[in-house]
Amino acid sequence: MTGGMAHWRRIHNGNADSDCLHPNLIVYRKIEKLIQRMQDEKHGVPVRTVKSFMSKVPSVFTGADLVQWLMKTLDIDQANAIHLGSLVAAHGYFFPITDHVLTLRDDNTFYRFQTPYFWPSNCWEPENTDYAVYLCKRTMQNKSRLELADYEAENLAKLQRMFSRKWEFIFMQAEAQAKVDKKRDKMERKVLDSQERAFWDVHRPVPGCVNTTEMDIKKLSRINRTHKKKKMTFVTEDGLDHDHDHHADGNIPTHAEELQKQDMCHDHLHFACCSPVMLLKEKVAMMKSRLEKRQYKTSKIAELLISYCQQYSEFDSLLATTELGSNPWIADDTTLWEAATTMSLKDAPVWRVKKWGYSFDDLLKDPLGRQELSKFLAKEFSEENLRFWIACQDLKNAALSKVPEKTFEIFKEFFSEESHCPINIDSKTLEITRKNMQNPGRYTFDHAQDHIYQLMRNDSYTRFLKSEQYKELLNPKKKCLSNWEKTKSLIPKLPSLANKLDTLDK
Amino acid sequence: MASSGKNESTPKAKEDTIPSLTREAANLKEKLEEERRILNDVELSVVASRLDPLPPISLKPRRILKGHQGKVLCLDWARDQRHMVTSSQDGKVIVWDAFTNTKEHSITMPTTWVMACAYAPSGTMVACGGLDNKCSVYQLAQEEDLSSKKRAVAMHTSYVSCSTFLNSDQQILTGSGDSTCALWDVESGQLLQSFHGHNADVMGIDLSPSEACNTFVSGGCDKQALVWDMRTGQCVQSFEGHESDLNAVRFLPSGDAFATASDDASCRLYDLRADREINCYAKESIIFGATSLDFSLSGRMLFVGYNDYSVNIWDTLKGVRLTMLFGHENRVSCLRVSPDGTALCTGSWDYTLRVWA
Repeated sequence: MTGGMAHWRRIHNGNADSDCLHPNLIVYRKIEKLIQRMQDEKHGVPVRTVKSFMSKVPSVFTGADLVQWLMKTLDIDQANAIHLGSLVAAHGYFFPITDHVLTLRDDNTFYRFQTPYFWPSNCWEPENTDYAVYLCKRTMQNKSRLELADYEAENLAKLQRMFSRKWEFIFMQAEAQAKVDKKRDKMERKVLDSQERAFWDVHRPVPGCVNTTEMDIKKLSRINRTHKKKKMTFVTEDGLDHDHDHHADGNIPTHAEELQKQDMCHDHLHFACCSPVMLLKEKVAMMKSRLEKRQYKTSKIAELLISYCQQYSEFDSLLATTELGSNPWIADDTTLWEAATTMSLKDAPVWRVKKWGYSFDDLLKDPLGRQELSKFLAKEFSEENLRFWIACQDLKNAALSKVPEKTFEIFKEFFSEESHCPINIDSKTLEITRKNMQNPGRYTFDHAQDHIYQLMRNDSYTRFLKSEQYKELLNPKKKCLSNWEKTKSLIPKLPSLANKLDTLDK
Repeated sequence: MASSGKNESTPKAKEDTIPSLTREAANLKEKLEEERRILNDVELSVVASRLDPLPPISLKPRRILKGHQGKVLCLDWARDQRHMVTSSQDGKVIVWDAFTNTKEHSITMPTTWVMACAYAPSGTMVACGGLDNKCSVYQLAQEEDLSSKKRAVAMHTSYVSCSTFLNSDQQILTGSGDSTCALWDVESGQLLQSFHGHNADVMGIDLSPSEACNTFVSGGCDKQALVWDMRTGQCVQSFEGHESDLNAVRFLPSGDAFATASDDASCRLYDLRADREINCYAKESIIFGATSLDFSLSGRMLFVGYNDYSVNIWDTLKGVRLTMLFGHENRVSCLRVSPDGTALCTGSWDYTLRVWA
């Protein structure tokens, strides 16, 4: 029944290979499963032929029926059903019979299913000449329902300029097709005409509508690489100058060009440096070490995750109202950001201090927290632990050129005999570090750093949280009071404000 | 169990041929899966069912950033919570003060499809790359042609799909279509470590958020997520389960678990301590691929951007969908929660970015 259009090129004919690779195919297949259910005679959407005045409208269903069906079948709300339905329409699986804009409305608008021949999963890549033939044909058919829309007329004019030398050929093809179409049964023609139109509404959408056949360039590069040997070409940009369409890709080079460029640099295989045996060995070693590790039960993991989420929920501005104060994005007020970064202890909000108590990492992440911990450690005479840990972090984050210098500095300061403040590590760790120093690098002190981290977390941090110093920082009453006293001392200088406060007191 | 596995496999390992190693790997995999089955005593969503449902979420678009002339492909927040770098298909990289909705810098790249961009921790530099197979850094300076401040740092043999700075401006980690990840020294452009193990394009990477940690996770078109030790270049854990390409990976703020977004329209949560998948976020009515994801500050909410133009918000623990955000008019390609968790930014093929709060 679609013989008249069979000359259209398909880039690759849906063979098994491309099936698993075409980036949009996974979605097309899912939509097609859904369409199949919609078309089920018993449980699908009711399709009928509607009489209107002198003629009949064959094989249609209403938007409202489809929305109802989606809501019921997929257990979703109306907004969701309209959204999903509109997307399926935009991919050209069904279409409004009188509108170029492929969307779904929850009313009595009539829709029709697309024939599988025109489904996008057939990987159509129709060319501009095909489009020109189609538009040209429409002008010959002299039917009001086939009249060109303004944008189509504009496209036709552009194509005519573009193909000026070939136009005669295009015109003849259009004529031949129109002749074939004329011989068809009236009802069949009505359906076919609409399906053909919907096909072009997908591949040459109305300006402002999304072209759903566009692909992710990353996925496209991948197919291109796989199909390289087969000399597949992908032409995704149509070359038409859609200057009136802000969604079109204007003067951007086509995917095909980009990919060609990319291909040239992709000639040597990236894993040449890694033999498969080596990779396999690594994989085996990885799995062995995983088997040796004692894993947690899911119930235990669940409890850990729940308690983490609950503990931090009071800082989660997107989750609910928090004690942090107003969200800068909503209130247009940056107080929160200032409070979160100030290095002045008296301006730091209580919630920041509170967070230090949640985990050792929370304390270390906050520069003010580090400063307070350092003060505390100084009193315990173990300040060098923190300094060492910070120096190691600094080394890890350093530029390559600075690594040797920094490594020696750290060794000199914390390990060598002339050190003023050697860190407190066991002989084994010291041994390992000494050995590492024969071939010094960014990770020379990893073992020692980890040792010190555990030491600080398990000992010093616990004591820090119990210390008077931390309790004072945490005690909001005292803090509020002291703030209030400060404000009070300002009041006499501002008589008008003092008066106001007095009146408020009364 | 673990020790017996070791004894059995020791003689085989000596052979070191591909068939014997493949057999051994398959053996070990079976054992791992058996162990996982035993330890998987209850579903996370079942344990979480005792929690009260979350209050209704009402995120609204607070800023709409317009300025790109092509599909927005990537975004990254600066540490100051308000600046942002974004990149697009037309080769533009824009640095915004999202809070005041102003463009501060605009860089034209020599390539189209700038798929990766990253803001340096210091806030004085951005990195970007894409189809040029490179990752270049630009110093942000006032009133100057930024192209002169450009320097190529990383070089892959295929497109650069993602990039991120480490804890300083000195190191950058990239993922690429050449199926590797790589760590680079920014100053010299020297390769510090490469990461081989994926069998197909790497699409997303994320650094572990914990302070003392040296790991990162990567996801790729080979349907798996790999966890790497940055120091040795070794893959330490691998996670499977998705039926199609992984497009993004993101650590839970605690650093103990991470989530993945896939073309199979689902997202999954994998726990490093449990060494397995512990939740899946999918629905029959969601058929379009998930492109990007991030957690709220507490980890309770999981934001996911889809090819169906919507953003879904999931309850990470209960595994149920809380709500959907509509507004974009084309695929949502990237999504990031600001570092302090006060806002969510989404970027789309409709050329715009939206900041939600």
